[in-house]
Amino acid sequence: MTNKTLVSATVNGEPVEFFCEPQQSLLECLRDVLGLTGTKEGCNDGNCGACSVLLDGQLVNSCLVLGVEIEGRAVTTVEGLADWHGLHPIQQAFLEADGFQCGFCTPGILIATKALLDREPNPTEEQIRTWLSGNLCRCTGYDKIVRAVQAAACQLNRECEVDA
Amino acid sequence: MSTQKNAQFNVVGERLPRYDGADKVTGKAIFGPDVALPGMLHGFVLRSPHAHARLRSINTSRAEALQGVYAVVTAADLPPAGSTDHRYARDNTFASDKVLYVGHAVAAVAARTQALAEEAARLIEVEYEVLPAVTDVLAAMQDDAPILHEDMRTHSLAGRGEKPSNVASHFQQLKGDPAHGFAEADVIVERECHTATVHQGYIESHAAVATWSDDGVLTVYTTTQGSFAVRDHIVWLLDLPMSQVRVVPTEVGGAFGGKNTSYVDVAAALLARKARRPVKITMPRPDVFLATGPSSGAIFRVKMGAKRDGHITAVQAELFYEAGAYPGSPVGSGATVMFGPYAIPNGQVDGYDVVTNGPRVSSYRAPGGTPGNFAVETLVDELAEKLGMDPIEFRLLNHAHEGDERVDGGTHGSIGGIEVLKAAQACEHYRAPLTGPNQGHGVAHAFWGNWGGRSSCTLSVNGDGSMNLVTSSVDLSGTRTTIAMQAAEALELPPERIRPSVGDTDNTGYADVSAGSRTTYATGIAAIQAAEDVIAQMRARAAALWDVPVENVAYANGVFSAASDLRFTFAELAEQVTGSGGSVSSMANIDAAEWGAGFSTQIADVEVDPETGKVTLLRYTVVQDVGQAVNPTMVEGQMQGGATQGIGWALYEGYAYNEKGQMLNANFLDYKIPTALDVPMIETVIVEVPYPKHPFGVRGVGEPPILPPPAAIANAIYRATGVRPDRLPMTPAHLLEKMGVIGDW
Repeated sequence: MTNKTLVSATVNGEPVEFFCEPQQSLLECLRDVLGLTGTKEGCNDGNCGACSVLLDGQLVNSCLVLGVEIEGRAVTTVEGLADWHGLHPIQQAFLEADGFQCGFCTPGILIATKALLDREPNPTEEQIRTWLSGNLCRCTGYDKIVRAVQAAACQLNRECEVDA
Repeated sequence: MSTQKNAQFNVVGERLPRYDGADKVTGKAIFGPDVALPGMLHGFVLRSPHAHARLRSINTSRAEALQGVYAVVTAADLPPAGSTDHRYARDNTFASDKVLYVGHAVAAVAARTQALAEEAARLIEVEYEVLPAVTDVLAAMQDDAPILHEDMRTHSLAGRGEKPSNVASHFQQLKGDPAHGFAEADVIVERECHTATVHQGYIESHAAVATWSDDGVLTVYTTTQGSFAVRDHIVWLLDLPMSQVRVVPTEVGGAFGGKNTSYVDVAAALLARKARRPVKITMPRPDVFLATGPSSGAIFRVKMGAKRDGHITAVQAELFYEAGAYPGSPVGSGATVMFGPYAIPNGQVDGYDVVTNGPRVSSYRAPGGTPGNFAVETLVDELAEKLGMDPIEFRLLNHAHEGDERVDGGTHGSIGGIEVLKAAQACEHYRAPLTGPNQGHGVAHAFWGNWGGRSSCTLSVNGDGSMNLVTSSVDLSGTRTTIAMQAAEALELPPERIRPSVGDTDNTGYADVSAGSRTTYATGIAAIQAAEDVIAQMRARAAALWDVPVENVAYANGVFSAASDLRFTFAELAEQVTGSGGSVSSMANIDAAEWGAGFSTQIADVEVDPETGKVTLLRYTVVQDVGQAVNPTMVEGQMQGGATQGIGWALYEGYAYNEKGQMLNANFLDYKIPTALDVPMIETVIVEVPYPKHPFGVRGVGEPPILPPPAAIANAIYRATGVRPDRLPMTPAHLLEKMGVIGDW
């Protein structure tokens, strides 16, 4: 038997504690230990982006982070985007712009979009494409994804203006 | 680009959001790898490191002895083979005599954890006698080539060959007198093209969870394009009654033909039976490249001739398609569609299906069509150039019409190819000037036959007037929505009244795989028939309630009426009928024997860096006839996604093998598919030439857009550089070699 480590962290705003084997990736911990299957495995080697999550606000491939590394840190997955009020504006924008087909890469792309818009509220098309180039989508050809990100940016900026 | 909505429809043609959208953007949708059952074990498949070897022995005892291991299975756990096809399918599940490709399954383990299953698999001792391997199609056809199947003989018009051969079959299509046609030609062009093996590249790996009841009923949760296809495959290989196998399809994370075939379901079922526990197998990404069903690499020798007036007089082609380890490449469909757009008086096409030491190929979006389109449409471009004609004018001059016989012997039905070409010619992009040096503009055109097939749809009326629609057609990219929209149109009710879902093999009627661009078309017809039957039943129930003859009950816009004062909305009547006399539901089962073909013309602007050979796509437009767009937003998505897969095929994708037959790039870093940075916005022009045999004019949409990109881009590269590529992918190295910047690579 391998020795398991007790990890305490914040996932989607809630405190969690779980036992983690030393070799288990954050992706495995999220999916198999915490039951958060919204984060997907496409390649398990950091090339497809389907497992993208935010770690202390920073975009990471959760297959390349060890579960023990999140001790004391905060993780946001796709399950943490919507709140009691409903869908996050990014989710709403993807829904309205049909920014997905099969939906498998979508959780990672939504998270990558959040990371982009958190740091750059008005990205150019080039910035969006560069930022999302680590998230493979095989269905859409990216056109409607880029437009969904543009629509989400617009919506979030409007909300910012209202708040201001 | 927006389409003009057809005024005869209320729902069809609307840009509605998809029913499954909320689950897809919140992470709630359950895909294959997300399924988990109580007490579930994890399976791992041990695969061959050799491309060709005889299996001397397999010793599983050390793996079985490891604590936490519940079952180990090999080919010995499968019932014996019957027919040759059965033997191929059985051997592709677990190798029995020889391994025929790197990644060929040899054994599988079920253990408490994934890590333990992998550790146990490493303890299995396999003794191989390594044999020479062959991965190249032409090399596999040589007399001294290593033979994969000692009992294989070539099937051809001449009958069955006498010597063992890797050529499984040779067929010929002949129309008119090609020699005479070439003698008449003023201009003849010819080229040999080589195209690489490519993978569908779905992001979700294959995954299955199998569980047995103690009275012998097997349930398999799996990511597939066809729940019944998986059921029938399991029944075939495990010799079980069909009624004892239930296949539950999950959401599917991309498929594109690659999930028509079952890969891990039988192994999971065998492990689960032996372990007496549910077992899940998820394929690691390298295994997906190595051991599923990519699309054939192929070689083409094509010749075309035309008169000075522009008319094509003759064509000739030889197609050599790699099948991988077992016969069955899509060379037949490749041959059928390659010259399909044109009216050609004389032609000969020879096709060869060749086994090689690679994974057994499967379908990939318009199977076999894309590389053939590259071979033909680059020559069509060259003919037009040599004749001094506009490439679209040349294609229009030679285009086939309804009733024309093709080289493959088939006859065109209702087609919209000319309308597509004219729409491409009229679009602003076709006339737009280029903006700098080293740029070029290219066009290509394609025909694809599409498919109909068997579908089933059940529609049940609830007491509040809402309805549940269940089909067995797996929804790959939005067909739940497009099928429900057609039902709503037929019912003359708003689409939000219908909740569509995908059922399993126990609770739905039979359906063929969701493939061949058939689902919105054929399952749509089933939904329309179920809707019409529901209306007929509801009219009869209204007639009984009102005590009037049924023919006196009218139905329009969601309202039943008779005489001047009798009136029920659909919901009012639904409340009445579910309260007494039994509820109303209908199941329609169809077999669509006819369907409408599709055409796509695409326009590419490229810039080629003369020093590095890098190709940048500046602008891209897809024009396609879709019959009637049920949901234009989703139609655009199909056109954009299909074209982008074709762009990957054109510029980046291809299996690389070493001399031992080992794949060198079985990951998403080295097998590069297009990223968001590699493509521009994909402009779309939807052309609607209604297919007369569908109630709303629908044609299949998914496959045609993948066909033209390699040729459109190659033709643009020619205009940018003056050289014509003859390989896929058109890598910088290939272009630099063609341009004379570097020597042989």
